[in-house]
Amino acid sequence: MSVLHLVIVAPLLLAFLVPFLHKRFQSFHTGWFVLLLPAALFIYFFQLIPAMKNQGTIQETANWIPSLGINFTAYVDGLGLLFALLITGIGSLVVLYSIFYLSKEKENLGTFYVYLLMFMGAMLGVVLSDNLIVLYAFWELTSFSSFLLIGFWFERERSRYGAQKSMLITVFGGLAMLGGFLLLHVMTGSFSVREIISMASEISSEPLFIAALVLVLLGAFTKSAQFPFHIWLPDAMEAPTPVSAYLHSATMVKAGIYMVARMSPIFAEQGTWFWLVSGIGILTLLWGSFNAVKQTDLKAILAFSTVSQLGLIMSLLGVGSAALHFKELDNNIYMAAVVAAVFHLINHATFKGSLFMVAGIVDHETGTRDIRRLGGLMQVMPITFTIALIGSFSMAGLPPFNGFLSKEMFLESMVYLLSLNIFQMNTWGVLFPVLAWIASVFTFIYSMILIFKTFAGKYKPKKLPQKPHEAPIGMLISPIILATLVIGFGLFPNVLSNSIIEPAAASIMPGLIDAGQAFDVHFSLWHGFSPALFMTIGVVLIGILLYITLPKWKKIYEILPKQFTLNHMYNSGLIRTETGSNKATNLYMTGSIRTYMIYIFVGLIGILGFSIFTKDAFAIDTSNVASIGLYEIVLALIIVVASLTILMAKSRLTSIVALGAIGYTVALFFVLFRAPDLVLTQLVIETVSVALFLLCFYHLPKMSRKEERIKFKLTNAVVAAGVGIVVTLIALSAYSTKIFDSIAQYYIENTAEKAGGGNMVNVILVDFRGFDTMFEIAVLGIAALGIYGMVRLRLSGRKTE
Amino acid sequence: MNTNDLILQTVTKIVSFIILLFSLHIFFAGHYNPGGGFVGGLLTSGAIVLLLLAYDIKTVANSLPVDYRIMIAVGLLFAIGTGVGALIFDVPFLTHAFGYFTLPLLGKTSLHTAVLFDIGVYLVVVGATMTIIQTIGESE
Repeated sequence: MSVLHLVIVAPLLLAFLVPFLHKRFQSFHTGWFVLLLPAALFIYFFQLIPAMKNQGTIQETANWIPSLGINFTAYVDGLGLLFALLITGIGSLVVLYSIFYLSKEKENLGTFYVYLLMFMGAMLGVVLSDNLIVLYAFWELTSFSSFLLIGFWFERERSRYGAQKSMLITVFGGLAMLGGFLLLHVMTGSFSVREIISMASEISSEPLFIAALVLVLLGAFTKSAQFPFHIWLPDAMEAPTPVSAYLHSATMVKAGIYMVARMSPIFAEQGTWFWLVSGIGILTLLWGSFNAVKQTDLKAILAFSTVSQLGLIMSLLGVGSAALHFKELDNNIYMAAVVAAVFHLINHATFKGSLFMVAGIVDHETGTRDIRRLGGLMQVMPITFTIALIGSFSMAGLPPFNGFLSKEMFLESMVYLLSLNIFQMNTWGVLFPVLAWIASVFTFIYSMILIFKTFAGKYKPKKLPQKPHEAPIGMLISPIILATLVIGFGLFPNVLSNSIIEPAAASIMPGLIDAGQAFDVHFSLWHGFSPALFMTIGVVLIGILLYITLPKWKKIYEILPKQFTLNHMYNSGLIRTETGSNKATNLYMTGSIRTYMIYIFVGLIGILGFSIFTKDAFAIDTSNVASIGLYEIVLALIIVVASLTILMAKSRLTSIVALGAIGYTVALFFVLFRAPDLVLTQLVIETVSVALFLLCFYHLPKMSRKEERIKFKLTNAVVAAGVGIVVTLIALSAYSTKIFDSIAQYYIENTAEKAGGGNMVNVILVDFRGFDTMFEIAVLGIAALGIYGMVRLRLSGRKTE
Repeated sequence: MNTNDLILQTVTKIVSFIILLFSLHIFFAGHYNPGGGFVGGLLTSGAIVLLLLAYDIKTVANSLPVDYRIMIAVGLLFAIGTGVGALIFDVPFLTHAFGYFTLPLLGKTSLHTAVLFDIGVYLVVVGATMTIIQTIGESE
């Protein structure tokens, strides 16, 4: 354990203490104790920035299961550090915000901060683990803690629904990802990301490679709410707003982005990767922004907007993978996409975090988040309005905010795709800038809805559940800090460029940077008349036009029938799986023992018959068959006749007597085949069992004592015949293929000599194999006690009822 | 109706003794001739069943005051005890020993620990069958 390990698990350790702190210091808000930790961690990670420049890394290993190659290897590089800073930084702000947002009296704060710290620790573990299995463990911990946080108000039905939905989808993806990791391990023999990266070129031709790629992407897409797995995110908005701000805008949903960025050096040279990541990304971008426009709930708008922005980052990472095909670093235009992705990642975390907090403030102060009831809050909540304005304009991509820069870079990268001449991009490439531009228009529209429907327009105090007023200063601190960052990064983007973005981009594309070569990022707010600038101007003009005419074209959202929405598919799929499996189970679990017997016997026939057939095992050898005497024929005939009598008899009494006849005939067979001990036992036992049968017969209830033949059923007849035939075939084959001699000679020689006896059967029973006999008499004793217990307990049991 | 089963009861008195003796014979002859603890036990309980048929459960229980469930336990103890006894002499579980001894009255006789084991079998068989028959017979 090093300091780094301690830093990663510190939130988890603190989570253990939180309930005690909560109980012990009732007068303090528990959040104050929690706040110290992420702040301290942020400072710790912040002072690592200089060390990360020029591709510096820190690595510490703690052994966990060394024999399986699973060790807790903490690994910090530019990318990991960027995420760690986001997690701890926004984590601190969210904790601060939650102190004022969640009431000390009404909410169960102990639980809340335990979950939140669990999540923070898990997230740090995800981004700072080098070992895939450890990474996966932390990954699932983020899913679980997110599940707990979404369902925090568990008495609400919608919360439980949202929690379950996100759980099902993200765990599905997590398991797929585990499959991908295991495939990678199969191919490389290592669980270490860096070792796998160093072997990337060797494994790219393996047959399992594409499967691993798809599985890992499945995990990343479900976590990052990419199309069509985005449906859990809007429902996760039932969580408390600090949770939405933290998990569902800034950190957890970016775990998938992290995964794609981390795995890029392994997979990115594949065309499949390029198409999947950038294609799904751009589709998500368009679909999310398109759907955000129709929402009426503030948090729902933000949820779809998050989906869309995540799609944007994802598509940038996909486009960035094209950079690998142009090995030189200078003038590699696709590298700009990677830089844009990292930059937008930071920007999105800042403005989306602040917007969620604004939504929370509006909800907290007015009692509603519905934009149809809100309006004109500008005068009442001027500070909140200012923050919202900054956040929304940055999200829409307007200067001078940071969203403008990253959006410009995004559009520019999409335009560059036109000149890409691999992956058949010359035919389909034109789609990318077009879709990106349309999506940007929608992004502009919903950003305007967000700000103007809430804060502008007519003030409608009567529609609001509470009398609105400005939020307390404590609640405003966090969004103000984030909004300041939005402007700060917008005006001085180069603060970030060589401290954070360069190392992060370098760790996404490590193969492109030769030793000693530095990779240089430089932003400028004004970058000349590029195509992207004209696209942005177009976005603003068309966006304003469409925003004004919104009521006229809003009907297009009703074109898509409800049955075809993804949510409907998910819900009906869930119901159909449940009813389907219920039906399937009821179909074969009939509760009738006859049916189960048929399954068992058919299984027996199937397995044994199949084995005989496929192994060509049937054999008949008559060389060691004894001659058949008259007595045997007669006795066999008696048994056959008695068996048929049992089947045909009308009366049960006849069947019982016929069964007794079979038993005595078998005893006669024993006589014939010289087994006197068996004869004695068989005779007595048969007598006893027939007497017991008669007892049962005598006590049959009068009501159901209808005397009739066994009904003929074809299935039963076929199954019975099948079992008989298969067993006969096996017996014949087994007898015909005797491989070894019997060991009976030993007993014959030693019965008198070593065991001092004359009756070989008895000597075997009590001496050579006495152990078996001991347990057989135990069985007998248990049977007797069982009958005693059943009869006696039944009687006394009835009395007490 | 008052039935008179004097003949049955008288015959039973004689026959059940013969059966008992036969069962003991079968039991002791087991090591050299067909028979042994299992059949011997069954025949003994056959004799008791005959008594049950001729008299009633209470009379038989009074004249043979045996708890058959304890008999099962004793039988199992005999069987296991024989096995454990072998361990004392530092040989594997259930190793039997035998020897020929000249005894007063019986002359030269072979004694075998397997007989102890067989007694266990005998007792369990008698105990189990009688428990079953008695339980069912007593139940309404």
